[in-house]
Amino acid sequence: MITKRIIPCLDVRDGRVVKGVNFEGVKDVSDPVSLAEYYSSKGADELVFYDITASNEGRKLFTDILTKTAERVFIPLTVGGGINTVEDFDRVLKCGADKVSVNSGAIRNPDLVYEAARKYGSQCVVLSADVKRVDGKFRVFAKGGRVDTGLEAVSWIKKCVGLGAGEIVLNSIDTDGVKKGFDLEMLSVVCDAVNVPVIASGGAGNIEDFITLFTEVPKVDAGLAASIFHFGEVKIKDLKEEMKKRGIPTRL
Amino acid sequence: MIAIVDYGVGNLFSLCSSLKKIGADAVVSGDKKVIERADKIILPGVGAFRDAIAKLKETGLDKTVKEECKKGKPLLGICLGMQMLFDKSYEDGEYEGLHLVPGAVRPIGEVIPAGYKIPHIGWNKLEFKKGTKLFRFIKEGDFVYFVHSYYAADCSEYITATSEYGCPITASVENKNVFGCQFHPEKSGEVGLNILRAFAGEGE
Repeated sequence: MITKRIIPCLDVRDGRVVKGVNFEGVKDVSDPVSLAEYYSSKGADELVFYDITASNEGRKLFTDILTKTAERVFIPLTVGGGINTVEDFDRVLKCGADKVSVNSGAIRNPDLVYEAARKYGSQCVVLSADVKRVDGKFRVFAKGGRVDTGLEAVSWIKKCVGLGAGEIVLNSIDTDGVKKGFDLEMLSVVCDAVNVPVIASGGAGNIEDFITLFTEVPKVDAGLAASIFHFGEVKIKDLKEEMKKRGIPTRL
Repeated sequence: MIAIVDYGVGNLFSLCSSLKKIGADAVVSGDKKVIERADKIILPGVGAFRDAIAKLKETGLDKTVKEECKKGKPLLGICLGMQMLFDKSYEDGEYEGLHLVPGAVRPIGEVIPAGYKIPHIGWNKLEFKKGTKLFRFIKEGDFVYFVHSYYAADCSEYITATSEYGCPITASVENKNVFGCQFHPEKSGEVGLNILRAFAGEGE
């Protein structure tokens, strides 16, 4: 039985882990390499690194961090942020990433998903979608959730799966940073529409939110969160023990 | 020394790091002489079967790997590297493998029940045969990390471990000195490192 994955997400800028609340008001948290090692030792099933750097120097710093992490942490690493070309895939894969997540880069050029899947395999290509309700419809937002692309989310996600995306990170802008639970409605709709793994992101505030996620939307494969892990509000070990107790398959 | 065969496919960084971590002497090489000199060989691989086997044959390293294997040198194929050990693969066509383990590689969609997602991604439990050399440092029910859409079929007598994904899926195989893991030991935390320790010959 495949287990439900728990994935801490590290937003990295200028070599440090940061986390935005509703994508604004960023707080500095910790050193990414030691945080990654810590999470791995505590039972994290996977790690996501988002490069939210704008400068070239910052980008170099990010790949150095990635390399150091991959030398010490032996669980899957997904990398996203600033992935616009197949060369960007190459750059982070060489530094030890296992999967690469695309967001704005795929919106600008959907062929990127196809080209990358053909070159590295679908298992390597993760589509990350920031989705928000606009007039009762799910719409895809770009540039860290700031720009409404006008794209309808479910058809966009289905299109990318058709092009070769092997996994979806669905981040609900509506619930992100609010800590009142995952966006179960949005997740159900997306899980019913595609047959690739879906990772839930945005809204986890406590252990119970993960339990609700996996029981209410059984097709969801993983729960992703950042600040609640970084600030120790939810301990991965406690979370996984509770999952096991409640009959949710987990790696302990 | 363990030679990791570099034929231009996939990401060898993590595999190298994991071997370094367990203190094994490992070298990434596409040089026939280095592979011949090595005590053990690891055949990695990700992506499409067709491209990988074509590249391996282009470099001529398919012959080196097979010859060294025939001499009894331990070989470990990982993920697509395991799939290449078989007679053939039916991934997007029909392609010849290395014929080091009898069997064929087929889409998991043919065997798993409807509703199970493809690829099979994530941590799954290993159910292995007692006494399997590769698993001597781990325990039954330990978790390893999988990412694949194809599986090894028609090889039941060589299967040493399976994982449940709606039905038992081949997780590892063994044919004398030839070993294969469908999962990624280099991405399976401490359990994976212990499997690599066993292959590297720790405690032998």
